[in-house]
Amino acid sequence: MKTYDKRKWWIWTVFGLVALIYLVRLFSLQVLEPQWTDKAAANALRYIAEIPPRGLIFDRNGIKLVDNEISYDLMVVPRNIRSLDTSELCNILGIDTAEFNNRLQKAKRYSTYAPSLFAKRLSPQTYSFLTERLYRFSGFYIYPRTVRKYYTDAAAHSLGYIAEVNHTDMEKDDYYTAGDYTGRSGIEKSYETVLRGEKGQRIILVDNLGREQGRYFDGLYDKSAVPGKNLWASIDKNLQEYGEQLMQGKRGSIVAIEPATGEILCLVTSPSYAPSLLVGSERSRNYMSLHHDSVNKPLLNRALIAMYPPGSTFKLVNALIFQQAGIVNEHTLYGCQMGFAYGNRKLGCHNHPSPLNVTASVQHSCNAWYCRGLVAMLENRKHYKSTREAYADWHKRVLKLGFGQKFNSDLPYEIAGIIPAADYYDKAYGVNRWRATSIISIAIGQGEICATPVQLANLAAIIANRGYYYSPHLIHSITHKDSLNNGFTLRKYVDIDEVYFPQVIEGMERAVIAGTARRASVPGIRVAAKTGTAENPPRKDHSLLVCFAPVDNPRIAISIIVENGGFGATWAAPIASLIMERYLNDSVVRKDLELQIMNGKITYW
Amino acid sequence: MVVMKNKPSVTLIVLFMLLTAVGWINIFSTVYQSKDFTMDSAYGMQLIWIASLWLIAIFVFVIGKGFYYHFAAYIYLIFTVLLVVVFFIGVEHAGAKSWLGIGRFGIQPAEFAKYGTCLLVSRYISSYYCDLSKWKHVWRVGIIILIPVGFILLQNDTGSALPFFFLVFALFREGLTPWILIFGFALIFLFVLLIYFPQWIIITAVTILFIMILIHWYRKKKPRIFRTWIVYIAAVIYIFSADIVYHKVLQDYQRQRIDLLFGKIDDPRGIGYNVNQAKIAIGSGDIFGKGWGKGTQTKLNFVPEQSTDFIFCTIGEEYGFIGTTTVILLYILFIGMIIRLSEKSKDTFTRCYGYCIASIFFAHTTINIGMTIGLMPVIGIPLPFISYGGSSLWAFTIMLFTFINLEAKVNRRRTEN
Ligand SMILES: [Zn+2]
Repeated sequence: MKTYDKRKWWIWTVFGLVALIYLVRLFSLQVLEPQWTDKAAANALRYIAEIPPRGLIFDRNGIKLVDNEISYDLMVVPRNIRSLDTSELCNILGIDTAEFNNRLQKAKRYSTYAPSLFAKRLSPQTYSFLTERLYRFSGFYIYPRTVRKYYTDAAAHSLGYIAEVNHTDMEKDDYYTAGDYTGRSGIEKSYETVLRGEKGQRIILVDNLGREQGRYFDGLYDKSAVPGKNLWASIDKNLQEYGEQLMQGKRGSIVAIEPATGEILCLVTSPSYAPSLLVGSERSRNYMSLHHDSVNKPLLNRALIAMYPPGSTFKLVNALIFQQAGIVNEHTLYGCQMGFAYGNRKLGCHNHPSPLNVTASVQHSCNAWYCRGLVAMLENRKHYKSTREAYADWHKRVLKLGFGQKFNSDLPYEIAGIIPAADYYDKAYGVNRWRATSIISIAIGQGEICATPVQLANLAAIIANRGYYYSPHLIHSITHKDSLNNGFTLRKYVDIDEVYFPQVIEGMERAVIAGTARRASVPGIRVAAKTGTAENPPRKDHSLLVCFAPVDNPRIAISIIVENGGFGATWAAPIASLIMERYLNDSVVRKDLELQIMNGKITYW
Repeated sequence: MVVMKNKPSVTLIVLFMLLTAVGWINIFSTVYQSKDFTMDSAYGMQLIWIASLWLIAIFVFVIGKGFYYHFAAYIYLIFTVLLVVVFFIGVEHAGAKSWLGIGRFGIQPAEFAKYGTCLLVSRYISSYYCDLSKWKHVWRVGIIILIPVGFILLQNDTGSALPFFFLVFALFREGLTPWILIFGFALIFLFVLLIYFPQWIIITAVTILFIMILIHWYRKKKPRIFRTWIVYIAAVIYIFSADIVYHKVLQDYQRQRIDLLFGKIDDPRGIGYNVNQAKIAIGSGDIFGKGWGKGTQTKLNFVPEQSTDFIFCTIGEEYGFIGTTTVILLYILFIGMIIRLSEKSKDTFTRCYGYCIASIFFAHTTINIGMTIGLMPVIGIPLPFISYGGSSLWAFTIMLFTFINLEAKVNRRRTEN
């Protein structure tokens, strides 16, 4: 009989082959393919984020400006809804059935098993009423979230606001998930990472029906939330509020800087709005109405992103540069016959003693003096090979003083202003086709030159410091009120020797005593100031002033711009006077002046 | 007269113990939740089942070897009758009326019918007149196998019927023409092709192949034209009937499971839920697994039937690739050992019976593990000695210890022949 012994090898082969295929498959599944681990986690693990409280914001003196407040939102999980009494819930929420169905449909479209927002920011009455009856509305629950609470109606632009993150935020920073808040402007934006703290995470196990089944590894991988750090803004709340009151009915800005630190004491832009308008569920509506106010532009931060021809305040810059560049010294005298004639044109001046030195030129704000100075510098062939080279040197020195560029500190938005480079004039006039007289108006801060209010305030701080500044910033300290390093401790020297400042400062002080800036004086305090009038054809000129005080120990440096306020002396000077008095004396005794300024209105067409 | 040829195979008994232990540890892991150990639970029950296996094993082992040879037909008959009885007093479970029993103690006659079939097939083949190279005997063996299969299919328990077809490996070893195997694989292959491609493409392809073979025969001057024609016509008929079976005879869920296996449908939340979850559980085990009791997918009920049909997922998730490889190696050793001992046996009945149960164990492990890793359609049959449940444990134990009995003893009457 035939035997089939050899056939066992065939069977071995088939069985072995199957085993091999299975092992290879398992190797691929378990060792090579990583996606199953993620899927398993997605199945059984629920990551519950713990949102830390956002850091609070205080003013420089420790007065609380921004706090957190709990607001309650009604959430819904559509698939958990059982036998719902729609009309009762509608009554409680004060909505009609159509709106109710609309919201429910929206929630269902988002997800049937994940929670979606049903009603934002329940009023306290609705909240207490609903909590008692919530057990009857299965599928609905109340979710507490924190919103910002403001203790001031001022400083809206500096403080900024927070809003729910959008897609762009989430793409840029994977810290955020839908529903998180982030700073959108001001300090809230600049110090977002400090204020937001660090989210915590609890990992829980859920079974196939989504029921909670305890903590993953007994909480080994949980992370507790780190609360956001508190901030002390550089802003002085009282001064800020006072400044906004003074600017009522007027457009413009007040920027006050503490020269010794670069901290911004107040950053007033007018018109403004109350920061509490941009909180919670009303935020977007209010924002849109502010956004669409094209007459007052309350969202425009004039202190940082509006620029003006600095006018006569810019003479301070030239007075410093001409001295440093060796064009003039304290003995140099330039005459003025009611102006500066060049070619067949004349740039007018007003009546004042002549000839004058640097100090007197500042005191009397002589146009001719600066025109002559500029010509002397740009056409100086001993120092410079060409007008262009001379101009380039001048341009470099102006930039050193903080103009024509951004500070890139913590200011939420800022613009660079304009100090044209030599190339600009090459293009405008042709290479080697321009002379000092072509661009003579830059001598008196007109022409192509534009500066922002914060740059002008910084100029005042530079002069107050006799030669250096700290980037103007909005932060006083982080974590502790008195902690020293806030990131802006680098002293920036402007390359003007200290010896050139006294002449200028004396001129400014004399301008207050017996010159153009008399209205900026403060009884009992030595003030240095320089007015300016920015031409704004065809409308009325802008009223400008830069100042600092006290002269021998400056504590505040200010720039003031009142749009269409006429001469610098008209509006800017008295406002500066009051601000200085308020800050240096803590109170204002000149109530009549205060009242006059506060009630003063400029009519804008 | 029966004498001991040698000791019962210690290797097989140790492997049997290891497999039941693996099973119990994993059932314990999936079910154990609180700090209290209680016998009134799946792991408690399984412990009782495993203990009871030893009684059965001893009982099966002490019976004389001749009993199984002489009473094969009766054993076969009893379990076949039980298959019929199920129709009258059976309990429905998961859509199949295939259980006999009271309360939680129940047996599934289909499991035991495999045992009866193995015995009778072996008995028939080992009879001196049987020659599987003759069609007459093939038909008779075929009928022995197909009777219980028929009843099981009528119970709507397709899964339990499938392992019977794996007996073809045992028959092949005993002389069945390999063409049956090749033919079978060809049918499965054609069927798979039919799932992927439209019918007309397959028919065109088969026709082209047929013409090429005809030309080949003409060139070789071997006129096997008639036989080729028969095969061709049979193939065409099969293609048509397979299509009808696939679309009309198969029930929806069966067709979906097949479609799912071949990736024609992808529905991880619906029909594909089980397989997808099984793959997630096993795949997330990585190399070393999550550790005993740490399998989130199996413990938190994402994987269905975690202690019965899908218990391999628990192994995969908690012990990783190391664990799954170990279990597969245990089965290779186990089935390999049965085949080795069968080959060593001088006795056709023992050898044939060994091959029969090796084929059955192979069928169960292949289908069960294949299902959990997406290589087989979802067919609910237990993983031998590991899955929870008394009925299958008993049946497999009886099968195994009958073999250990047969292999350990020499039937003197037959050796004298
Ligand atoms: Zn003059």
